Amino acid sequence: MILDRLARAVDDRLRLSPLTRKALAKVFPDHWSFMLGEIALYSFVALILTGVYLTLFFDASSADRVYHGAYAPLDGTTTSAAYASTVRLSWDVRAGLLIRQTHHWSALIFVAAILVHLVRIFFTGAFRKPRELNWLVGVTMLLLALANGFTGYSMPDDLLSGLGLRIIVSVVESVPLVGSWLVALGLGGEFPSDEMIPRLFVTHVLLVPAVLVALVSVHLAMVVRQKHSQFPGPGRTEHNVVGARFYPNYTLRSVALFLWVLAVLFALGGLVQINPVWLYGPFAPAQSTSPAQPDWYVAWGDGALRLFPPWEIHIAGHLVPAPFFPGVVLGGVTFLALYAWPFLERWCGGDRRAHQLLDRPRDHPVRMGVGVMALTFFAVLVVTAGDDILARLLRVPVYDLLNLLRVLVLVLPVLAGALAFLLARALRRGDAARLGELTRADLRAARQPADRGDAEAAADEPELPAPDRPGERVELWPDGDVWRWRYRDEPAGVAILSNRAVLTEQEAAESARLAYPGVDHVLVPGPPPPPLPGRVRTALRRWGNRALGVSLLVAALRQRRDRRRGGHGDGPDRR
Amino acid sequence: MSRRARVPAAPPGVNGRIILSFLTSAAGAIGFAVSYGLGGQTQWEGGCLAVAFAGLATGLAIWGRRLVPTGGYVEEHEGFTPPPAEQALTAAVLTAPDSPIRRRGLLAALGLALTALGVAALFPLRSLLPGDRTSPVRARRDTPWGPGVRLLTAAGRPLRPADVPAGTVVGVFPEGGTGAGDAPAFAVRLRPERFTRPPSAGHLDGLVVYSLLCTHAGCPVRLYLKGAGRMLCPCHQSSFDLLADAAPVAGPAARPLPGLPIELGPDGYLRARGDFTAPPGAGFWSRR
Repeated sequence: MILDRLARAVDDRLRLSPLTRKALAKVFPDHWSFMLGEIALYSFVALILTGVYLTLFFDASSADRVYHGAYAPLDGTTTSAAYASTVRLSWDVRAGLLIRQTHHWSALIFVAAILVHLVRIFFTGAFRKPRELNWLVGVTMLLLALANGFTGYSMPDDLLSGLGLRIIVSVVESVPLVGSWLVALGLGGEFPSDEMIPRLFVTHVLLVPAVLVALVSVHLAMVVRQKHSQFPGPGRTEHNVVGARFYPNYTLRSVALFLWVLAVLFALGGLVQINPVWLYGPFAPAQSTSPAQPDWYVAWGDGALRLFPPWEIHIAGHLVPAPFFPGVVLGGVTFLALYAWPFLERWCGGDRRAHQLLDRPRDHPVRMGVGVMALTFFAVLVVTAGDDILARLLRVPVYDLLNLLRVLVLVLPVLAGALAFLLARALRRGDAARLGELTRADLRAARQPADRGDAEAAADEPELPAPDRPGERVELWPDGDVWRWRYRDEPAGVAILSNRAVLTEQEAAESARLAYPGVDHVLVPGPPPPPLPGRVRTALRRWGNRALGVSLLVAALRQRRDRRRGGHGDGPDRR
Repeated sequence: MSRRARVPAAPPGVNGRIILSFLTSAAGAIGFAVSYGLGGQTQWEGGCLAVAFAGLATGLAIWGRRLVPTGGYVEEHEGFTPPPAEQALTAAVLTAPDSPIRRRGLLAALGLALTALGVAALFPLRSLLPGDRTSPVRARRDTPWGPGVRLLTAAGRPLRPADVPAGTVVGVFPEGGTGAGDAPAFAVRLRPERFTRPPSAGHLDGLVVYSLLCTHAGCPVRLYLKGAGRMLCPCHQSSFDLLADAAPVAGPAARPLPGLPIELGPDGYLRARGDFTAPPGAGFWSRR
């Protein structure tokens, strides 16, 4: 009652109900892969929640501090305040280790979810017009996520992260002309400077998260404004979105997903140890650990540094050191290519139309080939980042393995890309529904060059406003004071209800015309019968009815027998 | 339509499952609180919290799947190209005769002022540079080593030649600059007749001192392969041959480790005769 009156009071002043009604009825298409971005979002929320807790205990300073606490091997030693406070947070603050490990796991899963989300967007062509802007925002967020992961990883000032930071500093230093200046600007001195940790801290907890929050908002606002893209299917066109409504279905499901993400993150944070800085020891410029591997999302950079041959060039007598190429050039080219892809594809493919329907990955063999090639390349780099461990496991000399990987990093992506291209083309040209159903003839046909009329025809085909199919119609009916409509394709057995009730028949007709242009409208007297129950449910109901009938019969027979015996109807033993 | 329609009956068993999930969640939450109160055990805390969240999630997921309408709704999509008339109307508003964007001269002056302000705002970035106003390239090249600087061990004691027996690597630091990031070096005793290339910084009876920092990405090369006389970097597996003036022999490093010229001081301790033969650590844009 109170809520009801409060809502009314607010609405009388802000007139929110029309907007709210539309927002609550917003339709999201159903597909498991549309949840990947949400996983990233919810890991980000978990990162903020756990991160705020950590800032209350972390001392971002490289000043000396004596650690006194439960971790005996370090008790009484003098280290930097950052390291000492991290060890204290892990050993002496209740629930501190749980929150710290959950934070670290959240970061790993955050970047992983972003990456898988990006791969999904890429292979389904969801970055095409009108969603290029959101692709740019997304790639920027990936970049910021990497940056924040790295700054966070470096802050505890332990030996392993110190090595990682030193490597990054070396990569920045390798930039021609301005490298040393960039490092001096960033660190306020030579590595390891006293300014380093406070600056990393401010970047990690303020600058980057603030930008990320802003970009997340922009990203989501654009998804809401542009509406979610969907896979092709019955009743799904370029002019509508078919799925479940935001309220009540998606609200419940999305909150459930958020809680699932939290459950997994806290289970990992509690049960799986990560980054035990007390074992690595504090950073010292003359110390190193072996083996030394970074977090997974920078492993491609580390792998590239290991793989690149010792080639250095001199320009006008100045040195351009080897890390410049695998570090700065590769990273720059990677992100430039990501930023440029939607526009490259548009210029090369000539497809300038807006798309609300997604591609299946096979629909665009070139994109498939390029994507698989890039993913294979980065996979080899990630494997290379563990080459010393791999060599020990396989009992082969590390340099033999390195030489092998140097070949593989060039050969494997090309092979994998070509194979993916061929398979996609075979799937598209043939009529195999799945990879397993491909025949040899399909593959042979895929090797033929494209005859115009196959790929081109599909791309140039104008969108039909109304696929001229008999049996398709839009039904409108009054439901009390309001109007509803639904789309029906009788031969296909499809019936899709409009997502909201509207006040007039015109409104209903207008939204139906937008969603299904050109489809005939029919006025029907009343709400259509409830959807037929599925086969299982019908069978269950039939069996249930039979069981009920049989039990009634049995009960009646028993009652008659009891009465005949002259006893009282219900025996006292039943009670 | 009546304002308070009856809540439809749930399919059998659904309510029970949802309630069970929420009760499990509550049990997890209580478990977390108890575990925290009893002193906090990370595994229990994490496990209980996970159960609490998973219970809630399961309950809500069942609710969302079984008790509310799920799929089969359609919403129209208006498209994003507005009708040309509307576009023209908006453009007309923006470019009306008295619109600020029509006064080109004023706009140019405004742009100039804003550019000046923007450039001025960049100047405080200079304060991020080190306070002592030395050029970073110069600072990068100079280390605390210099003529007469004594070699200290990690424990802070001055080093005698006898402190470096054959076959061991001893980390050394400059007196008065032990904490510097670019100063760490190591001393090692080799047999002079095994040198394939004489050390560029010279040697004292086979005793040589090199920078500890890898010339690839600056990691300390801590792994000594005694038989081969090689130093290995644990970060990217660059390998340096100490018998050939610390030349890189494998891995991604391209330049030899810089040597440190040393001599025996009158007090019997080792001291440097100057700085490293080249800037230590990773390479940077510099004239060599």
